[in-house]
Amino acid sequence: MKTDGAEVLSKTVTQDEAAILDAWNAALREGTSLQSGRIREAELQTQVKAVFGQIRDALASGGLDADAAGFASLRETLADISRSRAIQGFTPTDTANFVFSLKEPIFDALKRMLDGDATALAAGVWAAGKVLDRLGLQTMEVFLASREEVIGRQGQEIAELSTPVVRLWDGILALPLIGTLDSARTGVVMENLLQAIVDEEAEIAIIDITGVPTVDTLVAQHLLKTVAAARLMGADCIVSGIRPQIAQTMVHLGVELNVVSKATLADAFAVALKRTGRKVVRQQAPAEERR
Amino acid sequence: MDRIPILKLGGALIVTIQVDMHDRLALALEEDLTAMIARTSARGVLIEISALEIVDSFIGRMLVSIAAVSRVLDAETVVAGMRPAVAITLVELGLELTGIKTALNVERGMALIQARLSEEDDGHESDRDRHEN
Repeated sequence: MKTDGAEVLSKTVTQDEAAILDAWNAALREGTSLQSGRIREAELQTQVKAVFGQIRDALASGGLDADAAGFASLRETLADISRSRAIQGFTPTDTANFVFSLKEPIFDALKRMLDGDATALAAGVWAAGKVLDRLGLQTMEVFLASREEVIGRQGQEIAELSTPVVRLWDGILALPLIGTLDSARTGVVMENLLQAIVDEEAEIAIIDITGVPTVDTLVAQHLLKTVAAARLMGADCIVSGIRPQIAQTMVHLGVELNVVSKATLADAFAVALKRTGRKVVRQQAPAEERR
Repeated sequence: MDRIPILKLGGALIVTIQVDMHDRLALALEEDLTAMIARTSARGVLIEISALEIVDSFIGRMLVSIAAVSRVLDAETVVAGMRPAVAITLVELGLELTGIKTALNVERGMALIQARLSEEDDGHESDRDRHEN
């Protein structure tokens, strides 16, 4: 007699539901995910019950192919759980173990059901292993994808945070750059600067590169692009804060910045004030004036 | 619209581009503008492009060539009101419009042209005049 692993598995899971659920909960309790305090036991049990119910239904609908349509809702539930765990900061092991810890209870249940029928037991164990491994892998895939998403978003946030445009005076903007300039960041910097020029009706923009660790030909090219774009908008650019070592390296590399450059932001600001017809004057101390 | 209107204001010509530029329109503008500069002997040309949302390399080159032609006819070109996205596109295309003055808006653009006009009225010779003498 040919033994169908899927049928055996489905029958076992349906008939021995309570015992398997208890064993699974116990296994999860022993695991580290509860101890880390990131999830409550009640929440975990709700997830367990939901996932188990869907596994049972999916198996009953026939087939062991975890990519089939019968498994669609199960896959979705697992993906949701895995995604929320990635955001809550679970370890990959904890997340994978959520599915893999179901193996032992199911194997035990199969053993109880098919005591003595070695062929059927082997078929059932193989079927359970196949389905659960696939589900576990899918869980991990979603987990990793969510983590990547989180990392990508953080990278974007850092890029946005580190490119502020500051208004120094009416019509004078400063753009203190911090960190390495790559093409993606140059894009953000350029957009922010140009928008600020429109919003503030700025005449002069000072690009301060004190916080830029290295200036090579590529960074210089990015800077020049930004300067050119600002000029097209009708604003002049001054580059400031080129450190002595960087200035030397730039000259040795043959990098040319054909823009007005000043050593410090203060110097650049003075130039900007002068060009807009203003200047900073020291007032006499009020105490002396009164005398 | 098959022609872009050109307005004369004192010694300056004003063009505002308010439709999407296509190639034929650009060529017609260059021709009209050249004729107009010669007829009115204008000293400044203000091209206002704040409504222009899409540029390609042809439009960029057309702006450069309008500026070059105007310079030959002794008029200075100022491009005013370029949008950030347009500026980024032009820079990425490698068209930095060297030789064209730029201004944030029409007011500042006119100020640039007025500055040149009054400078010449005061009797200061511009560089080009000196070369010709």
